[in-house]
Amino acid sequence: MRTLVSAGLVAVAAVVSACGTAGPAEPGAGGVKVWALQDPVLNPIEQKSIDFFKSGGGNASLETFGNDPYKQKLRVAIGSPNAPDVFFNWGGGNLKEYVDAGKIADLTPVLDQNSALKSAFLPSVLDGAKIDGKYYGIPMRGMQPVLLFFNKEVFAAAGAQPPKTWDDLLALVDTFKAKGIQPISLAGSQAWTELMWIEYILDRIGGPEVFRNIRDGKGQGWKDPAVTEALTKLKELIDRGGFGTNFASVGYDVGGASTILAQGKAAMHLMGSWEYVNQLGQSPDFVKKGSLGWVAFPSIPGGKGDPGNVVGNASNYYSVTSGSSQVEAAKKFVSTALHEDSYVQALIDAGDVPAVVGVESKLAKAANSEYTTWIYGQVKEAKSFQLSWDQDLPAEKATAMLTQLQEFFLGKVSPQQFVDAVAAR
Amino acid sequence: MRSQRPSGWYAVPAYGFFALFAVLPMVLVVYLSFTSWQGLGTPVPNGTANWSRLIADGEAHAAVGRTVLLMVVSWLFQTPIALLIGVWAAGPQRSRAVLSSIFFLPLLLSTAAIALLWQALLDPNFGIAAGGMQFLGDPDIAIYTVVFVISWQYIPFHTLMYQGAARAIPASLYEAATIDGASRVSKFLHITLPQLRYTLVTSSVLMLVGSLTTFDTVLILTGGGPGTATRILPLHMYITGFSGFEMGYASSIAVVLVVLGTALSVAVMRWSGFRAMSSQQEGS
Repeated sequence: MRTLVSAGLVAVAAVVSACGTAGPAEPGAGGVKVWALQDPVLNPIEQKSIDFFKSGGGNASLETFGNDPYKQKLRVAIGSPNAPDVFFNWGGGNLKEYVDAGKIADLTPVLDQNSALKSAFLPSVLDGAKIDGKYYGIPMRGMQPVLLFFNKEVFAAAGAQPPKTWDDLLALVDTFKAKGIQPISLAGSQAWTELMWIEYILDRIGGPEVFRNIRDGKGQGWKDPAVTEALTKLKELIDRGGFGTNFASVGYDVGGASTILAQGKAAMHLMGSWEYVNQLGQSPDFVKKGSLGWVAFPSIPGGKGDPGNVVGNASNYYSVTSGSSQVEAAKKFVSTALHEDSYVQALIDAGDVPAVVGVESKLAKAANSEYTTWIYGQVKEAKSFQLSWDQDLPAEKATAMLTQLQEFFLGKVSPQQFVDAVAAR
Repeated sequence: MRSQRPSGWYAVPAYGFFALFAVLPMVLVVYLSFTSWQGLGTPVPNGTANWSRLIADGEAHAAVGRTVLLMVVSWLFQTPIALLIGVWAAGPQRSRAVLSSIFFLPLLLSTAAIALLWQALLDPNFGIAAGGMQFLGDPDIAIYTVVFVISWQYIPFHTLMYQGAARAIPASLYEAATIDGASRVSKFLHITLPQLRYTLVTSSVLMLVGSLTTFDTVLILTGGGPGTATRILPLHMYITGFSGFEMGYASSIAVVLVVLGTALSVAVMRWSGFRAMSSQQEGS
């Protein structure tokens, strides 16, 4: 009975994963099948790396998928006969689930044999795909730390300076509220935007160890007093009206939060580094006249965390599935093109900040160099790069945490209730 | 008359497809509900763990409550409107054809388009409600907003059913009533409404089962939010299964949905005279 059911499940999985392929589905032909996220800017670059691999005698093909379906498709496909040989991922706990299931090839030997490859990437970013001391992914695109964006015009009109400390931030909330401007823009209909706040506050208060313990199930986990303290700080900010009153119906994907900032209806916006490119696309004049400002997340006096620490997505990675019939070719592919000059240059030209060592001069020559150079310096100097919690926790725990967080922002759950609920999972 | 029925063998392909695409997946889901499966590797049987978790899961209970609320409110909202417009549209008025086709428009749009459209319209910063009420962001209001959007989409369909049924009522009934001096209201209450009772049952079953399994509109419009204010049972199943990757637990929720849906449609049919609904085709 069990084998029959498993066979049935595999058949269903095979049917599901055969549907809805968006990219060119070149079946087999001995090529390495590469899966990535649909992205009009990045996909041509990925295609170039494949062409480069082909020109060296290899054979590979690219398939791309939309953001939300991607994780589901990957989950269903891995372990089925339709699994990709190489796939795009976010590293962290998300990748760890696959590693624990024995589906991912260890890339440590590849990196050890190829010192040019290993030394090409910033160590903190390379570590994003390091699990139990082994490397399971190679960075394949830019770094995406979270930073505090602000509207320079709104700040100038209020005679205000961007916040350096938590108290500055609270004071700014009052300043902007008095002027009828929403202090901080928040796309609160999506929990991951709210997550960025608690990630930074906890890192500043308790340092990166607190979350590391939560993830690894060590120490007090969520019950660490720093978590409650961080949530209490955040609650203060919410209750003070920092995010206005209608954030729960603002969406990021539809441009709500970014537009409020660009139009001067809100003063600040905490968001991933992609916000710059996003603003450039949606409100080009706002960026071009130099009104978009950015600073690091404020420090919290008395906190243990280094104010230079960043949170966000270190990078995206290519990983190799261990069940692939062409593991060797796949390993060759991930070690061939990703640190090549032409690939790195293409990422920079697209506005990305590659996780590659020594690209300062290249960045300085590129468009938007002021911004990309700043990002690069910020990450390079950071002592810790905390991966977004929803990527770093197992999916089941991340989902429960995001639900609680939304309730918390709505004021339905107190800091203590939040801690109790997530600790119980 | 039995001998004139087509042979049962004609139904074999239909039964085959039904077994393959409805029964087999259902059996698999029931099996999965007794396993722990992260979507990776082989499901591990874990006895009744999922079921005892479901019994204790406050979030799931709240989701059931919301689903029932959504069902009841949308039935109460849609039925009178659809009935009245349908009966009106069956009449001979001159403006009827034009107005009916305008009423009909929402049904032609895809669910995703409708959800995105209303999301934009109700945006607190840029929509028609800018600066005013928060229709999607207020946990106490959001579920009624969802009912409204779903109703906006499906009322035209039910209107169409009532319109067709109202047209089929013999004119002689109305003529006789007119001779007896019946008012418009009394004609509606004593002729139209009783004649439409089977349509009312059909429409109600579709509405109730439809809102029990409503999913796409809510997913796109609110994603279950704000917080969990609109997280109805199907969405709870989806989030558990495809965000949390707890496939085993999600399967037990799915089983509950199947049972509820079946029970509901059977109950409505029974309660409203299921046996009387014999086929017109067979002339019995």
